[in-house]
Amino acid sequence: MSRSAAMIIMGVFTLYFLIPIFWLLVSSTKTLDNFNSSFSLWFTATSLQDGIANVGRLFTYNDGIFPRWMLNSIVYATVAGGLGTILSAMCGYALAKYRFWGREALFNIFLGGVLVPATALALPLFLIFSKVQLTDSFWAVFLPSIVSPFGVYLSRIYAASSVPDEIIEAARIDGSGEVRTFFTVAIRLMSPALVTVFLFQFVAIWNNFFLPLVMLRTQTLFPVTLGLYTWNSNVSQYPELRTLVLVGAFVSIIPLLVAFLSLQRFWRSGLGAGGLK
Amino acid sequence: MKKSKLLGLAAVAVAATVALAGCSSGSSSNGSGSGSGSGTSAAACKASSGKVTLNFTTWVPNMDKVVALWNKENPDIQVKVSIVANGNSGTYQNFFNQLKAGNAPDIGQVEYDTLPAFRVQDGLADIGSCSGISKAKSDFSDGLWNQVTFGEGKSVYAVPQDSGPMALYYRKDLFKAAGIPVPTTWAEYADAAVKIKAKGGNITNFAKGDVNQFAGLVSQAGGQWFNTDNGTWDVNMTSGASKKVADYWQDLISKKLVNTLPSFTDQWNNAYNTGQDWTWVSAVWGANTISSGAPKTSGDWAVAPMPQWNAGDNAAAAWGGSSNVVFKGSKHPAEASKFLIWLNTSTEALSALNKEANLYPASSTGADLPALTSGVEFYGNQAIYKEFATAAENIKPFTWGPTMTQTYSDVSDGFGSAISGNGTLLDALKSGQTKTIAALKAQSIAVK
Repeated sequence: MSRSAAMIIMGVFTLYFLIPIFWLLVSSTKTLDNFNSSFSLWFTATSLQDGIANVGRLFTYNDGIFPRWMLNSIVYATVAGGLGTILSAMCGYALAKYRFWGREALFNIFLGGVLVPATALALPLFLIFSKVQLTDSFWAVFLPSIVSPFGVYLSRIYAASSVPDEIIEAARIDGSGEVRTFFTVAIRLMSPALVTVFLFQFVAIWNNFFLPLVMLRTQTLFPVTLGLYTWNSNVSQYPELRTLVLVGAFVSIIPLLVAFLSLQRFWRSGLGAGGLK
Repeated sequence: MKKSKLLGLAAVAVAATVALAGCSSGSSSNGSGSGSGSGTSAAACKASSGKVTLNFTTWVPNMDKVVALWNKENPDIQVKVSIVANGNSGTYQNFFNQLKAGNAPDIGQVEYDTLPAFRVQDGLADIGSCSGISKAKSDFSDGLWNQVTFGEGKSVYAVPQDSGPMALYYRKDLFKAAGIPVPTTWAEYADAAVKIKAKGGNITNFAKGDVNQFAGLVSQAGGQWFNTDNGTWDVNMTSGASKKVADYWQDLISKKLVNTLPSFTDQWNNAYNTGQDWTWVSAVWGANTISSGAPKTSGDWAVAPMPQWNAGDNAAAAWGGSSNVVFKGSKHPAEASKFLIWLNTSTEALSALNKEANLYPASSTGADLPALTSGVEFYGNQAIYKEFATAAENIKPFTWGPTMTQTYSDVSDGFGSAISGNGTLLDALKSGQTKTIAALKAQSIAVK
């Protein structure tokens, strides 16, 4: 296939993926009136000031609840994602490097966990958390978020292939304890995979919507997904919320873009690393 | 599966003759939990001592601002508001989960069509014996009051908050320019539909998703879908009135005289904004929907009573509206009732609700609010809320079933098929009826 044909196909797909985001950007810069009546894929004459006014309204509406939601999402996603990544790494490393009774059975259970959708667990979790009176609290969303069977799976595979037993032996001979070895030696070797695990976790928590929906009723604890959903559920009776939902959706993808762009280089160094052996 | 409490209604007559002994003091909302209005003793709704905090879960925007007024005046009964997603968007399901787990809020927002579902699951506290509730009855029309009592003797399960009386929104300017008289009967409405089509417009939009609007149209024609005499549900969605309404709209759809966009979407708004659709038979809250969805048409709209089946009648219907319930398991039904009476019948609260959340009050006290008696600019300065106040008095009562979410979704699927030319609206109602009866049986609810 010629180069230009490949470029055309790639260009078409790029457009296909970017148009919805472009639509969101354009829609965020419109008043409700223009949104309903003007061409939906291009700006209006007053887009600049309308867009600024919309963002201003978004951040002040309901005593500034939206920035609070953003902050919640960032905390849930980064802190729980980070903690979840470390836990997954420890677990995966242990499964890869230590021999103990029931290791494969345990790993297969984790593998089964990958297949269980998070949505199916929300209701049982709600009933469990009710027993210990932790529903409608920060912990109700935070604690389930740090568990990632997929992260364990990925960490194990990567630890097995990228942390040589010789290095661990050498560390032991030098008198390093197991925990110290893991945190000083293994984690560095595993870092490209851990970035991947973290990104997966980050995105999964950021987009996790059903768990907070079931667990939370205090608005100040909502992640941004649930907050926007709450507004959107009332659009038919309170149409003025529609602009807020659009602008909010656009603003809420910015942290994801930042996370991806800033972690990309770690990724690339990891992906090529396996090819040189 | 727990057998529905409603099955016990037949036993009410027997129970009523037996004095309720040992009704414990306000530890739970219902003492012995006799789920029927058989002369519950006053002890069932005893005031708590000391400072009380009530949790109130609702989706009404700015409800926190309204409640702040109460909290300032009542340091001993503080209300904590949680604003969540709309009922059918997950909140009802959450209420059921919370009832199961024993951590439901004290007070919740529940629409009239969903009240029976909570009642059948025995999730509602009977506040009938709480002080002030029986007096509040006179504030509401009989039809509305019946929605919150299910006709169970002295029992009361909710306090009505807002209501959705229906009327006809129409483009005054277009009707005038085309020389078409504003339809007062459904026959005239169908004639007007033909004339409007000739002008290149549509008289209205029939949306497959608005089954509750359709139920309103059925009730206006004098129809009922559900009946619970003696505790057994009787489901009949294809009776005379239902058939009449279904055939009427099927005719308009078959002749392509109505638009069939999904409602409350951008295209739907646009059809009104660009003058493509001329009328909407809708509830009082629709005023806000049109003014924000079709801003270009400001000043061109007016409101008239719903078209009638018999010339000279004044039958109206309701679409939407909701109430506040006290959930079973609340430790403070007396305080919750006191707050709900203030929230839904005091002038102070009703005008705040109207201003902050655009709610049209169910209470008759609300009809005299200045905001609801003055002209509205978007509607050519017509005092449209007076029209709705008149309609509210003429709402035909309608009984909702205990599985409305399922009924709506099944009928809506059938409506969708009918719109695309497979089957008719009547077929949709038939299959909706079959599926509803199956759903009731699956929940062990007695059904004919």
